[in-house]
Amino acid sequence: MPSLDAQSDSKVEVHKYYRGSVIAVSFLALLLQAFLHKYGRWPELLDLPLLVTFYFGASRRNPVSGLFLGAVIGILQDALSHGRPIGLYGIAKTLVGYVASSIGGRIDTEEPTSRFVLVFLCFHFHQAVLATAQRVLLNRSESFFSLRLLLGSLVTAAFGVLIFALLDRLRKPS
Amino acid sequence: MLDLISRHRPLSLLAGVLFAQILLLAFQIKREHDVRLIRYWAAEIVTPGERAATWVLSRVGDVWNGYVALHRARAENERLRGELDQMRLRNAELETQAGEAQRLRSLLGLRETYPEVPMLAAQVIGASADPSSHTVFLNRGERDHVRRNMAVITPDGIVGKIVEVLANNTSQVLLLNDKDSGVGALFAGTRTHGVVKGTGDFSPRLEYVVNDEKVRPGDVLLTSGDDRIFPKGLLIGTVSDAAPGNPFQVIHVQTGARLDRLEDVLILLSQQELVPKQTEASTAQTEVPAAAPGVVPASAPAATAPASPNPASPPGAKPAASDARSNSASRAGANTAPKQPASAPAPPASASHTRPPAAPPASAPPAPQR
Repeated sequence: MPSLDAQSDSKVEVHKYYRGSVIAVSFLALLLQAFLHKYGRWPELLDLPLLVTFYFGASRRNPVSGLFLGAVIGILQDALSHGRPIGLYGIAKTLVGYVASSIGGRIDTEEPTSRFVLVFLCFHFHQAVLATAQRVLLNRSESFFSLRLLLGSLVTAAFGVLIFALLDRLRKPS
Repeated sequence: MLDLISRHRPLSLLAGVLFAQILLLAFQIKREHDVRLIRYWAAEIVTPGERAATWVLSRVGDVWNGYVALHRARAENERLRGELDQMRLRNAELETQAGEAQRLRSLLGLRETYPEVPMLAAQVIGASADPSSHTVFLNRGERDHVRRNMAVITPDGIVGKIVEVLANNTSQVLLLNDKDSGVGALFAGTRTHGVVKGTGDFSPRLEYVVNDEKVRPGDVLLTSGDDRIFPKGLLIGTVSDAAPGNPFQVIHVQTGARLDRLEDVLILLSQQELVPKQTEASTAQTEVPAAAPGVVPASAPAATAPASPNPASPPGAKPAASDARSNSASRAGANTAPKQPASAPAPPASASHTRPPAAPPASAPPAPQR
């Protein structure tokens, strides 16, 4: 469970990363997401851009940079998709980046368990926003929840715990 | 507002970024009929305001037009009434002109039908002040070579004759229904002769027709030409009613010409018989010449008339009757006429008898002009 001891900002550490690492990791995540789709349907269970958005948003704990990072990653993800209007993933990931950075300032997101839970929740929040936007804007009945989505959220959360440990190495030493 | 935005900067930025992306989506997404979502939204945002503005403006316009602007209505109403009066006058003027044109057209048609007969168009410029005298004045006189005893006709039938040439441009016409008027007549069907005499009212009478003669209302009466005033074959009118009398039938005649509404007439400058102009087409189809309205060719028998020789009187035949003023002349020439009352014009030579068949067969050529 995520620890709720972050009541004061002084107890929450703001991490900084090497120059260009955020851009490089985000680009790599998008590239891998597009690349892995060539190898079957199982990569659909994994949402690497969502993990990157969540990780950097929660680590840097700055809502402004979090929402902009989410917006850029989401719009690029839309651009790499086929037939999907540009902006759907952008809206969803903007909100995820904002929420993640807001949560990161209040909750300890360094623990693997809390990371797993938060990624799991963010995945479904991301899906809810996406489904709502598609229903409202496109008149498409996108489902809010399904077993496949549940499986995807678990896979993504588990993979997130692993990948976040790797990404922690990109932090500048405090 | 700016203070609120700067205080909640992240939230404001979030809203701005989301709004920008929603707009981006709205530009891309198309709904029914290939209309972009942004257009739908724009219409949905704008139209309620436009509808409200239109409603308000229409109400304001109603109030303005219904109350405020009514102070002009009175003046406008008066102006429109004035225009209406002017239009009515103009309409009456045009109707008069149209009627005149129609009359002149029929007169012209009559003239063109008989191009060899000299005619003179004239206008009625006045009438007699004496109610018992049925005369009218024409705007033609001595200058136009109008002479006494010239026939006056219309396309609808004969009118009367010139009794006085009063000035260079004025002459007086004795109408058919004047009590001093008399015209030699014959039935178009039976060719029975008689004399149409004025009675002083609108309906003249046909006299000197014996009781044995079958006369029915509607029988057509033509000029016989015996009076030497009216050429033979002109329409006088129709029988309105007939009753046995002593010694002759009492027959009232409805004149063809509307003697109470005369405006334009034709003066026949000669007593030459009216023979209509023949066209090649009409000659090829029938040898019975066409006649203008109100004129029955002398050579054309009525449908009910038996085929008969031309009854046209030879040149120089004595006039049967014209009017009281010419009675003496008529009587002088009517040697075979039965005894008549002194005041009555002499009957035609065979007034009480059916004349020999009056018209040539339909295939016969038209009667030669006298």
